[in-house]
Amino acid sequence: MDLTVVDSDPVNELEIPEGAEAKGCSAGACGSTDDQVSQLPESIREKVQNHPCYSEDAHHYFARMHVAVAPACNIQCHYCNRKYDCANESRPGVVSELLTPDEAVMKTKAVAANIPQMTVLGIAGPGDPLANPGKTFETFRRLSAEAPDIKLCVSTNGLALPDSVDELAKHNIDHVTITINTLDPKIGAQIYPWIYWNNRRIYGEKGAKILIAQQQKGLEMLVERGILVKVNSVLIPGVNDEHLKEVSRTVKSKGAFLHNVMPLIAEAEHGTFYGVMGQRSPDAEELQDLQDACAGDMNMMRHCRQCRADAVGLLGEDRGSEFTLDKIAEMDIDYDAAMKVRAVVHAGIAEELAEKEEKKARLAGVVVPKDDSAQALDLRPVLMAVATSGGGVINKHFGHATEFLVYEASPKGVRFISHRKVDQFCIGDDECGEKESALAGSIRSLQGCEVVLCSKIGFEPWEQLENAGIQPNGEHAMEPIEEAIQAVYQEMIDSGKLNEAPPRIEESVSA
Amino acid sequence: MSLEIVESCVNCWACIDVCPSEAIAMGDRHFVISAKKCTECDGDYADPQCASICPIEGAILDAEGLSLNPAGSLTGIPPERMEAAIKEIQLR
Repeated sequence: MDLTVVDSDPVNELEIPEGAEAKGCSAGACGSTDDQVSQLPESIREKVQNHPCYSEDAHHYFARMHVAVAPACNIQCHYCNRKYDCANESRPGVVSELLTPDEAVMKTKAVAANIPQMTVLGIAGPGDPLANPGKTFETFRRLSAEAPDIKLCVSTNGLALPDSVDELAKHNIDHVTITINTLDPKIGAQIYPWIYWNNRRIYGEKGAKILIAQQQKGLEMLVERGILVKVNSVLIPGVNDEHLKEVSRTVKSKGAFLHNVMPLIAEAEHGTFYGVMGQRSPDAEELQDLQDACAGDMNMMRHCRQCRADAVGLLGEDRGSEFTLDKIAEMDIDYDAAMKVRAVVHAGIAEELAEKEEKKARLAGVVVPKDDSAQALDLRPVLMAVATSGGGVINKHFGHATEFLVYEASPKGVRFISHRKVDQFCIGDDECGEKESALAGSIRSLQGCEVVLCSKIGFEPWEQLENAGIQPNGEHAMEPIEEAIQAVYQEMIDSGKLNEAPPRIEESVSA
Repeated sequence: MSLEIVESCVNCWACIDVCPSEAIAMGDRHFVISAKKCTECDGDYADPQCASICPIEGAILDAEGLSLNPAGSLTGIPPERMEAAIKEIQLR
């Protein structure tokens, strides 16, 4: 039997943020899944093919950055707390250093020169970019003139969007992300306690109604002008979970091209309403189910990392500490020279992606299950985790992985499901009550996976992974991810492993 | 007649853009209101603008020193619930 690489829809992203302890809050500007992108009209594909947040394929190669020039906000969300600010924290709305537009331009050029794979500059906060129009648009205006090879994008809660559309169109911004959590003011009142509107603070349903109307109007205006719109939604169990299916259908019918449903991050230590009041976050399965349910109607994005408003680098990594203001001040950037290097690097990546695409198409053409396909389709799907530092290949040591990409292999092919962050420095929580090693944290994050592929792995983790029912595999180092997974799945079929029940994965492992 | 910003201000810049009297400036550690310029928005708006957009409870006081956005009024978190949560976290 042969397997196709379909690399399709679903994914979920359970956010176990890096850093000292469990973290969380949410709403952000992030990324998509590749099969949808391949189904998009050519004009849109062209715009997103090197955007790491819109293309699952691209996110292995291209990097993005956010500049934190927009501190003010015009609404309050129950998952946000403006007081919280920490260097170890990874979630939207959090930054370490606020920048002036001038500093933002300097930083962007410094990053673009040093990380030539960086293709996208976004403004995502830490407040609402469009509630800071002076700072946001000055940054865009200067960058579109001084660094024309960088794509510009912005994310917003939508309240000020209708008033900003003309200005956005002027700066050649072809991507906007709107966070839309609901269409219903009653639900909105449970998410947004107030908005600032026409010089007044407006509470509850009345405020939510205005916000919702502005978001929808803004979405329509952007689509009319041919600006690509991605919609972010925060999945809040018991508040908007079922309703998000309707949100997905509606925003699609109005012309949004991608929907990114993200899990709520809520911890009491963040001081957010949801955190303190004990609102639970969705689990990985809940999120994936909802994304799958919406996928029938809408292109879903599944590789979002819910990154900070000052994140720098590939999704899943943050190199912000290499580009602090004092470090940038010492760099001597010749942007014209950098642009030449960047063009070469981008062309190289584009070529590699095109080859990958071609190979995928070729493989898809040769689906020939040699045994009867009815029996073949009976084979159960298997989740496999991959340690990678980008480039679309298995190239990371198990012990150095801060996150794993999870893929599902089945008779239908290989598809990207989600990423799982490793809580490397977890020191235990109230439930487990005891200290936990980094290794146990990695193993815990792999729950549900039967195989983990990495470039190398030590003896101790190997043994513990096996004990936990997860087969480590270092035989496919430096190989393309999907092909390696396909090969391992084929081996499992041939050895009869798929006829056995899946191994029982232990709930937690202490070390 | 003037409002005052106190140290719980998180420097989010929201107030500075909405003040009709240009009475707000960046201070050493947080934003400050010039008592000379502040009119409490009298004659311009029904409500003082800084206090209408400020996201931090207790950060802006009126002329009597009373909080214009008391605890619980913006986040919806009952103050006793917040206290209990803080205590619980400190005990960890």
